[in-house]
Amino acid sequence: MKNFKPNIDWQDKVIDIKDLFKSFGSNHVLRGISLEVHKGENVVVLGRSGTGKSVLIKIMVGLLSPDSGEVNVLGKEVPTLSVQELRELRLRVGFCFQNGALYDSMTVGENLAFPLKRNTPGISRAKVKEMVANVLDAVGLSQTLDQMPSELSGGQRKRIGIARTLILRPDIMLYDEPTAGLDPITCTEINNLINEVQQRFNTTSIIITHDLTCAKAVGDTIVVMKEGKFIKRGPFDEVFDSNDELIREFYDYNFIQ
Amino acid sequence: MDSSSGQPEKPVVSRGLDNFFLDIYSIFQFIKRFFREALRPPLEVKEFIRQCYMVGYKSLALITMTGFITGLVFTKQSRPSLSEFGATSWLPSLIAIAVVRALAPLVTSLICAGKVGSSIGAELASMKVTEQIDAMEVSAINPFKYLVVTRVLATTVCIPILVCYTGLVAMLGSYLDIHLNEHTSFVTFFQNAFKNITFLDFGTTVFKAIAYGFTIGIVGCFQGWRASQGTQGVGKAANVSVVVSMFLIFLEEVVIVQVANAFR
Repeated sequence: MKNFKPNIDWQDKVIDIKDLFKSFGSNHVLRGISLEVHKGENVVVLGRSGTGKSVLIKIMVGLLSPDSGEVNVLGKEVPTLSVQELRELRLRVGFCFQNGALYDSMTVGENLAFPLKRNTPGISRAKVKEMVANVLDAVGLSQTLDQMPSELSGGQRKRIGIARTLILRPDIMLYDEPTAGLDPITCTEINNLINEVQQRFNTTSIIITHDLTCAKAVGDTIVVMKEGKFIKRGPFDEVFDSNDELIREFYDYNFIQ
Repeated sequence: MDSSSGQPEKPVVSRGLDNFFLDIYSIFQFIKRFFREALRPPLEVKEFIRQCYMVGYKSLALITMTGFITGLVFTKQSRPSLSEFGATSWLPSLIAIAVVRALAPLVTSLICAGKVGSSIGAELASMKVTEQIDAMEVSAINPFKYLVVTRVLATTVCIPILVCYTGLVAMLGSYLDIHLNEHTSFVTFFQNAFKNITFLDFGTTVFKAIAYGFTIGIVGCFQGWRASQGTQGVGKAANVSVVVSMFLIFLEEVVIVQVANAFR
């Protein structure tokens, strides 16, 4: 549970998705999804593997295009944006990949400096160094500055992935399975980091997961996805006070009841 | 943006033929995008220089050995035939024509197709399947310009230089053998060797090398860029890059030689 009260502006919708459909050939992944996310809110999208959770956030940053529906992020209709407009939007939306997606050929420091240098023309070396040190400190991995990604553990890779996203100071953070494949202690560290990011940088986040401990720890709102649709939305306790078979199975498995 | 949802479910002619034409269409789209992005400033100079180092400098040892051996062995193999007619004095000229017109560009580009093409294909495919290319995209960086344009330009620029270098080293290999057997001096050897080399020969070779360099870069990048299916996709991208590049190099050789011969 969070040890702080999140600063959520319930009047300000930063993400507004309506009737979103997406298919891959005959595989209908998203079947009329609608979602509203408010400024400062952490929304957890829960669902079984392969239900289209990652597809949903990839559509939000324009990595995939929807078949139909409205995808409004920070006041911009994503599918209609030009390449330049999409690039500008992406500077304000951070995307943390499941395995960190760190650049293999660069050190941790270079991984962090890369997006910063590219998107801030004229930035001084000293400033880059300072900002890299700050984000590394924020994720608690200052000692890894000169290490290669192959030398990091799974949890460290994810934290560096989060740091690389944070360095551009985004308004929205999208986390794709942040705790998948990690041990319980590292999961707790990642959950704490997600909460710290929300509190310290006042970001809005969507967290894709099937880990209920993570959902309970970081989510202000939980949405449950089943067969390409959201079947339940609300705070954790309210969502899991349900007789739906999928929700019960999720709960029982995660909390071993 | 993806186009995966637009895939036809039923083949128009047959699945294999459909895929073949779709591949041809995709590679033309890829080449079109390359020129569009390459002509739009700024050029990724640092990454381009890094790629030139990887393609050019890192291939030097292999190219030196192969070029030298090619010249040496070709001279050894040609000598018996020429000596039957008492024409061993023609050896330098024969070797020079063979090396400049065919051996240097072919040997260099085939070696680079294996070394550089597979490495580009595997590197990009591995970046694709581990979502590093997507990570660049969502960081508001143009991955096509950063990864593809720099690599294709590097192969297009470096392979002609490597071809000239291979030619030189092959001629040195040939000189060594001729010097040991016929006791020909260095100056006499090179005077005889380049007596029959025309500007057309040299120009055609440079043009061929540019075409082969572009082919190796674009095929490697295309295969890597569209990789899928995890680690299996990485292996496939590397393998197909080499096979397709080599096939296209031979095809281009036939066409360019025909055109060049028309000007002789």
